[in-house]
Amino acid sequence: MRLRRRVTARERCGSGTRSFTSATASDAGLKGATDAMSIMKRMSMIFRAKASKALDKAEDPRETLDYSYQKQLEMLQKVRRGVADVATSRKRVELQATQMQQQSDKLQGQAQQALGAGREDLAREALTRRAGLQQQISDLQVQHAQLQGEEEKLTLASQRLQAKVESFRTRKETIKATYTAAEAQTKINEAFSGISEEMGDVGMAIQRAEDKTATMQARAGAIDELIASGALDDASGQPSDDIARELEQLSAGQDVDAEIAAMKAQIGSGDQPKALEGESGASTDQAQAKRQQEGQS
Amino acid sequence: MIVRILGEGQFDVEDSHLDALNELDSAVEAAVDSKDEAAFGPALAGLLDAVRSWGTALPEDTLVDSDLILPPSDAKVDEVVALLGDEGLIPDAL
Repeated sequence: MRLRRRVTARERCGSGTRSFTSATASDAGLKGATDAMSIMKRMSMIFRAKASKALDKAEDPRETLDYSYQKQLEMLQKVRRGVADVATSRKRVELQATQMQQQSDKLQGQAQQALGAGREDLAREALTRRAGLQQQISDLQVQHAQLQGEEEKLTLASQRLQAKVESFRTRKETIKATYTAAEAQTKINEAFSGISEEMGDVGMAIQRAEDKTATMQARAGAIDELIASGALDDASGQPSDDIARELEQLSAGQDVDAEIAAMKAQIGSGDQPKALEGESGASTDQAQAKRQQEGQS
Repeated sequence: MIVRILGEGQFDVEDSHLDALNELDSAVEAAVDSKDEAAFGPALAGLLDAVRSWGTALPEDTLVDSDLILPPSDAKVDEVVALLGDEGLIPDAL
C-alpha cells in the first residue's frame, strides 16, 4: 500500500515536472524573455543544483548511497539535539517567568503592607517596580511562545526526516540488490534528490531555531544575572531592597509599640493585687499565665 | 506538481492551479524586490494558504523532489533574498 502510493506520487511528480516546464516555457514565449522566473521556481532550482552537484562529485553511485545515508543519520541526530536544545531554553524561560512572578507577587504584598501602615510613598514605589516586572514577564511569555513554536516545528521536521530516511534505506537496499549500472543510476538520482531536498529543508530549520535560541539565551543570561545580583529577587532571605528594609523597620516599630502597650496594661492591672496579696499574688499570676497558655494551645 | 513549503512539508497540487500560484507568487516577488516587509508578510501568507488548501499533503515517507519550493511561513524579506543568493542558506546535502 505504502509502496504503491510512493510510486504514484513519483509518477505524478514526473508528469508534474514536465507539464510545469512546458507551462513556463509557453509562458515565457508569450510574455517574452523579460519575464522573471518565479521565486518558487528559482528556489527549487537552487535545491536541485545542490543535489546534482553533490551527486556529480561521487565516483561510485553505490558508495554515494551509503555515504548519503550516513549523512542522513547525522542530520537526524542533529535535529533531535536541536529539539532538546530548544526545550532546554523553553524551560529556562519558564523558570525565569515563575521567579519574576513570585517577585511581582511579593511587591504587591509589600504595597498592601505599606499602605496599611500609612506609607503611600512606599506603596507607590513597590507598585512601580511591579509594573516594570510585569512588562518583563510578558516579554518572557512572548519568547516562551516562540520557543514552543520552534520546538513543535523541529519535532515535526524530525518525524518527517525519520520517515524519509527509513524510506531511503529500503530503497538503497533494493537498488544495491538489483544493480545494473544504467537502471541504478536513475533510481539513485531519484532517491537522492528526494532526500537531499528534505535534508536541506531540515538543515535550514535547525539553523533558524539555533539563531532564535541563541538570541534568547543571551537575554536569559542577562535576566539570570539580575536575579543572582538580588536586584529582582532575594533568595538569601536578607532584604536587599529598600522597600523591604523600610517595611521591616516599620513593622519592627509596630511590634515594639505593641509590646510597650501590653507591658503598660500589665503594669496597670498588676499593681494593686501585688500590693494586697504579697507573694501569693505571684503564684496567682503564674497560674493565670499557665491557664492562658493552655487556652492558646 | 509537487510543492514544498519549507519547514512544513510537501503538497501535491493540481497543475491547473499553476497560473493562480504564479499570480500570488508575483506579489511575493514584488515585495522581495522592493524589500517591502509590510507587503511581503500578507503576500507570502496568501501564497502558502493557497498551496495548503489546493494541495494534498504527501505522506511523510515519500521521496520526491519538488517542482516548486516556497519560503517558510515566518520568513523575512532578507532571508528570502539570502536564499535566492549564490551561496544561499541551504546547507549542503551530501
